[in-house]
Amino acid sequence: MNVVYREQSWQFDKPVKVTTLLRRIDVLPESVLVVRNGQLVAEDQTLEPDDEVKIVDVISGG
Amino acid sequence: MRQCRQCAAPAAIHMRQHRLAFCAAHFPAWVVKQTSRTIRSHRMFGHSERVLVAVSGGKDSLALWDVLLELGYQADGLYIDLGIDAGDAYSATSRHKAAAFAAARPDTRLIIVDIAACYGETLAEVARRKRDIQRPCAICGLIKRHEMNRVTLEEGYPVLATGHNLDDEAATLLGNVLYWQSGYLRRQWPVLPADETGLARKVKPFHRFYERETAAYALIRGIDYIHAECPHAVGASSIAHKQTLNQMEHAKPGTKMQFYINFLRAKKEGLFVPFEDEQITLNTCAQCGQSTTAEARCTFCRLWEV
Repeated sequence: MNVVYREQSWQFDKPVKVTTLLRRIDVLPESVLVVRNGQLVAEDQTLEPDDEVKIVDVISGG
Repeated sequence: MRQCRQCAAPAAIHMRQHRLAFCAAHFPAWVVKQTSRTIRSHRMFGHSERVLVAVSGGKDSLALWDVLLELGYQADGLYIDLGIDAGDAYSATSRHKAAAFAAARPDTRLIIVDIAACYGETLAEVARRKRDIQRPCAICGLIKRHEMNRVTLEEGYPVLATGHNLDDEAATLLGNVLYWQSGYLRRQWPVLPADETGLARKVKPFHRFYERETAAYALIRGIDYIHAECPHAVGASSIAHKQTLNQMEHAKPGTKMQFYINFLRAKKEGLFVPFEDEQITLNTCAQCGQSTTAEARCTFCRLWEV
């Protein structure tokens, strides 16, 4: 599984829940959305080793 | 696995503060319905009124424009090009996103105000001349407020809608409480009425949505918005306040919503003197004709004095 967030990427070779993934890379679920293979997924779902995962920031402002 | 409230399919978004989840097929309809309810409950505008939506090319404003069109409102867009570059062509990219959105919806109109073309300087240039390079956000806010009001009135729109979401409002509220900005606290409300001194009516139909929800709406609807943050917003206190609130929200879902919604409720119940009752003398700017607390020319017009 390839995970991309803010021009960084991570590889995972085992299934992992979205919440676990976010905890591992130290990101608050409240501040992002997770897109798996182009589809938005909720935090309790499990990501599979062949998934392409993109994490999208939602905080904006100035 | 969490399921959609409507069809039991796997959820695309779970809103812990509402204990509510939807799949990608049913979430947009919920957003549209909630927005309609907010517009009606605050009497923001009616279906016979043209609405001008202030668009930045970001997720909130483009999502708002999309929702208003879905609801059948005659909604047009206003983009203010401040000429922000900072190495990543920020304004050019965001302007392109707004223009592409409008081009795909031929029944709407996008008004573009190019600040450098109208007033001779970009935001960076005026900030440099005013020796305010460290604080261009204050000048940016001043320019945008003035131009949004001017265009709304000149083009004959009865109301201006902005894409402020609950995170924006809660972060503003936190900042105002931390520094006890009583004047700002009195004025913070989802509807600011028009007045005889030349202020257009301003409304915030998305003020009850979390930022995550407007982003999810934009992604699901395939709205191509600018993901990059304004280069001047790096390190902004509003973003720090949002991060703090999100940490609290993570520990206790619903905290942000309670903080903001209960503030509105407390105001309604008389916590503050209504701002309409404040004795503020407003004058008419001798140059642009907009209302100002200054005696002769407004801060915006004085900004361009060389």
